Amino acid sequence: MDLRGKRVLVIGERDGVNAPAIEACVRSAGADVLYAETLCFV
Amino acid sequence: MTRYPVITAVANVLAHAPGLVRYGSKPLRDLAEDAALLPRLTERLRSYLDAVAYPPNQAYIGNRAPETLRALPRPWYQSADPVASPDGALGDLIDEPELYSLLKLSDRARLMQVDEALLARGTEGLVRRSLVSAAEMDRLAPATSEAIARVIDTGEAIPLLAGDRVVGSMTRGHEHDESLTANVLLENLVAKATGVLALRRLLRQVEPRLAAGEIEFVIAGSEEAVGDRYQRGGGNIAKAIAEGAGLEAATGFDVKSFCASTLYALFNAAALIHAGVFSRVAVVAGGSLAKLGMKYRAHVARSMPILEDVLAGIAILVERGTDADPVIRLDTLGMHTVGAGSSQQAVVEALVMAPLSKARYRLDDVDRYATEMHNPEITEPAGSGDVPTGNYRLIAALGALRGEIARDRIADFIAARGLPGYAPTQGHIASAVCYLGHALGAMRAGKMKRALFMAKGSLFLGRMTEAADGVSFIVEA
Repeated sequence: MDLRGKRVLVIGERDGVNAPAIEACVRSAGADVLYAETLCFV
Repeated sequence: MTRYPVITAVANVLAHAPGLVRYGSKPLRDLAEDAALLPRLTERLRSYLDAVAYPPNQAYIGNRAPETLRALPRPWYQSADPVASPDGALGDLIDEPELYSLLKLSDRARLMQVDEALLARGTEGLVRRSLVSAAEMDRLAPATSEAIARVIDTGEAIPLLAGDRVVGSMTRGHEHDESLTANVLLENLVAKATGVLALRRLLRQVEPRLAAGEIEFVIAGSEEAVGDRYQRGGGNIAKAIAEGAGLEAATGFDVKSFCASTLYALFNAAALIHAGVFSRVAVVAGGSLAKLGMKYRAHVARSMPILEDVLAGIAILVERGTDADPVIRLDTLGMHTVGAGSSQQAVVEALVMAPLSKARYRLDDVDRYATEMHNPEITEPAGSGDVPTGNYRLIAALGALRGEIARDRIADFIAARGLPGYAPTQGHIASAVCYLGHALGAMRAGKMKRALFMAKGSLFLGRMTEAADGVSFIVEA
């Protein structure tokens, strides 16, 4: 997937991959992160 | 080796609260949008006897080892424990009239009302369990149905129900204060009363060796936020609980770090004793009203009982080192520091590998790892997975990376060193500390040498940081 120039909403998960980690990845691929939040389900 | 402070007693208590499920955060928000959901919710609530017979609840109050749940067919709510009892080796599972009566006893602001029939029933149960005296209950004045209806009708109070019947009310503490609404005060009073329940049960376990007046300090690790409009969440519920349990010589304070709070409280208690400040400190945590019915939608959708219908409480007594009791190894503290990074690998490195390294242990040197012991039967239907098993897989995978565990032995490691989840989703209690009582029993019986306790806190939920948090240490016979 080519993320260059794409605008991304990031939803991370505490027990999986958290939002800052996803944000770092998609930014490095050229995306613009509009929103990032990590959720906890317990 | 320095003799570190020891754990001498643990009380694990539960309170069945079907009538309060509607005031859990998720049900409350959903019902505000669609009141027609209420009958669908109430028809899935369990009876007290079903809650008592539920095997994970029996494990929590110490009537069966958590490990025995593995051999039990799922769903566990259809595997009623044939020898179930509400009187657990570690604590009581009280019923709803007992809970409401305990709320009334704990209500120093006189904002809660209960009717005479309920108060009489609840008092009988609490006196029989030796958790209250008849004299202190006699001082409580029941309310008439008319008085209860009046404050509810004015909008100043919310109703308290037992089945379909309104048996009481909770009134707001101030006209304009969002920190003192009836719902907020009910949440705080629930945390206080279940904390009092746990601390009183703890005292029963240590008498006659120890009297209430010999405990010098109380640290609370509950998840409520006591305060008013000028200091929302300012606390201090520890002292309120100490007062409610008759600890006349004690004061205390609260420790906060989301679900890691109670484990933080425990190492702070041990540190205060190790520093020579106190000889005996009680750590206490009451239950979380907000988390009742948190996954109710998934349970209703699957025609399951709503399993988040109990409030949990815990009390732990920490004392100066003796040879008879397991120590809190303060030299093995695992901390998730600001610079540690928030990847799962970084968290496990900080909370598992670091304590082991400090003690020069390998993964196999620890008999049990107590992590977030959430009951998977509650979380899996909502898509939240089996939380403890997820934690164990991470620990084992990191062990495999470090060459301590063969890759084909990961499942064996989890079976031998892990535990099935059995705690209600009351985060700060499910997070490791709920296993302390079981570990204490096993260590005293010579069946266990050491266990590692780790708790994580989702600090990012409060919007002040993107960081998570966590704390851990080894408890050793």
